[in-house]
Amino acid sequence: MRLPRDLRGTLVIAALGSGFMLVAPEVLAFFTIITLSQVIGLAILALSLALVWGFGGILCFGQTAFFGLGAYAYAVAATNIGGSTGAIPIAILVAAAFAAVLGYFIFYGRVSDVYLAIITLTVALILYSLTRRTSGPEYKIGNALLGGFNGTTAPPLNIPGDPQAVLFPEHTFYVAMIALIAAYVFCSWLVRTHFGRVCIAIRENETRAELLAYDIRLYKLGIFMIGAALAGLGGVFFSVGVSRVTPDVFSLSQAAVAIIWVIVGGRGTLIGPVLATFALHYLTASLGTQSILNTNLVLGIVLIIFVLLVPKGVVPTLADLVELRRQRRIARLRERWLRARRPHTGR
Amino acid sequence: MKQAETVLEARNLSMHFGGVRAVDGVDFTLSENELRCLIGPNGAGKSTFFKCLTGQLRPTAGEVLIRDVNVTGREPHEIGALGVGIKTQVPNVFEGLTTEENIWISARRWHRPARARTLTAETVERLRLGDVRSDPVGQLAHGQRQWVELGMVVAAEPWLVLLDEPAAGMTHEETVRTAELIQEINSTATLIVVEHDMQFIRMISRKVTLFHEGGILMEDTMEAISADARARQIYLGHRA
Repeated sequence: MRLPRDLRGTLVIAALGSGFMLVAPEVLAFFTIITLSQVIGLAILALSLALVWGFGGILCFGQTAFFGLGAYAYAVAATNIGGSTGAIPIAILVAAAFAAVLGYFIFYGRVSDVYLAIITLTVALILYSLTRRTSGPEYKIGNALLGGFNGTTAPPLNIPGDPQAVLFPEHTFYVAMIALIAAYVFCSWLVRTHFGRVCIAIRENETRAELLAYDIRLYKLGIFMIGAALAGLGGVFFSVGVSRVTPDVFSLSQAAVAIIWVIVGGRGTLIGPVLATFALHYLTASLGTQSILNTNLVLGIVLIIFVLLVPKGVVPTLADLVELRRQRRIARLRERWLRARRPHTGR
Repeated sequence: MKQAETVLEARNLSMHFGGVRAVDGVDFTLSENELRCLIGPNGAGKSTFFKCLTGQLRPTAGEVLIRDVNVTGREPHEIGALGVGIKTQVPNVFEGLTTEENIWISARRWHRPARARTLTAETVERLRLGDVRSDPVGQLAHGQRQWVELGMVVAAEPWLVLLDEPAAGMTHEETVRTAELIQEINSTATLIVVEHDMQFIRMISRKVTLFHEGGILMEDTMEAISADARARQIYLGHRA
C-alpha cells in the first residue's frame, strides 16, 4: 500500500496531543485528570463517528450501540478474567462483531441512508431497554452481575499480564490519551489509503463507485466495522474512567450528543469532532455547576446555532477562512509584482 | 465478410414498470470492435435497455450475456469487474473530489499504485483536463464533468464501453472532441453509445439501432435509417 504523503498535519496534531498528555497531569487537578479519561473515551466515540459518517457517509445515529457494547463487554470480561489485559481486545471484537452482523443486513439489504440512521438508533435504544431490565441476581454473565439501571462495575486497567498491578488514575489518563492519539493517527492514515479513498468516493457517489467495479456493500461494511471497533475502544476508556457501566451509554441523549460533536467539530475532519467533544464536555460540566440554565437547553441551542450559522462545523470553516486569506495574499502579491514590472516592460 | 465474435447479447429482454412495457422482448447482438449507436425518440426504451445491460435495473424477463457469461440481474460492480466501462446519462462523478482523484479511483481499481498514478496522469492529458486536475469536479463546467466521467471509464482500460448520452449538453467543439475520443476508444474497445444528437451520431456511427416503443425497429447505417420512411416518421420527422 502506498505511503500517504500528506500526513504532516496529522503528525503535528499528534505531537500537540502528546504535549498535552505530558503537561496535563502537572497543571490540572487530580479530579480533572480522572474526568478527562472518561472524556477521552467519549472523544474516541466522536472520532469513530467522524470516520463512519464524515468519511464513509454513513449516518450511524446509534454509534453509541457499539460504544456501550464495548463498555459492557470490557466490564464483563475484565470481571471474569480478573484483569484488563484480555478484556480490551474482547471489547473491541464484540463491538466489531456486532457491527458485522448488523451491517451485513443493512448494507447487503441495501437499506437507504435515512433508514440506516433509524435502525442504528433503534438498536441502541433496544440495548438501552434490555440492559435496564437486567436487575436481579439471575442476570449474570460469569461472575459479572449486569445490575439493571445501576449498571455493573468496570474494573480498572492494569499493567498488561499483571492483574495485581492496577494503574493509577494519571497512568490511566496516559494510556487513554495514547489510545486516542493512536486512533487518530490510524484514522488519518486509513482515509488516505486506497480503502479509505474508495469509502470517500462512495460517500460522494455510490452509483459511480459501483460502476467502477467496487463492491460498495463490502467497503461500507468494512468502514462500519472499523468505526464500531473504535467506538468499542472508546467505551472501554469511558467505563474505566467512570468505574461503572450503566445503560445510559445506550441512551437517546448519548446518541444525540455524539452526533452534535461531529456536527459542531465538522464532518469530513477527524480532529474537529474530537476537539468538539472536549469543548462541549467542558461547557456542560461548567453549566452543571450553576442552576440558572438547563444544560440540555444550552446544548440544543449550540446545535441550532451550528446547523444554521456554521453548517460545516468549526474546523472546516476555519480551514476555509485560512485558505481564503492565503489566496487573497497571493492575489495581492501578484498584483504588486505586476505593478512593479509594468514600467520595465513598457520601456 | 468475416464473422466477428459476439461479445454482448440480449435475449428476449423485457423491462416492465407496472403496466408500462419500457423494453419489450428485445433481441440484440453486438460484435467485437463494433461501435454501435442506439437511437430513438424519448421513451423508446433505449435508456432502460442500457440500464438493464449495466445492472442498474434487473430486467423483468430475458437475459443478458457478456462474452457468453449470463449477467442478468448481476450487481453493477460485478459487470464492471468483467472489464466493462460505463457512463450513465445523468453524470455520475465524485463531486467533492478533484479531477485527478476521480480518475485515480478508477485506475487504482485495476492497477498497483505506481501504474495507477501514471495512468491517471496520462488520462488527464488525454482528456485535456490538465488545467482543472486539482479542482473539485463539482465546480467544473458541465462538459468537463462529462469528460471526467469519460476519463474514469477510459482509465479502467475496459474492453467493452457503454456510454449513455456522452455528448449531452456539450458545446459544438466539445461534441467534436468527444466524437474523436469515442473513435479513439473504439481502437481498443467495443462500444455502445446511446445518443439523441443526430449530428453527433453522424460523426461516429457505423451501425445504428433504432428503438421505438420498447422494441428495435431497425438496425442499419445512419444513411439507410435517414432514408427509411417509417424511421423518418417516428423519429426524424420531429426535426422536419
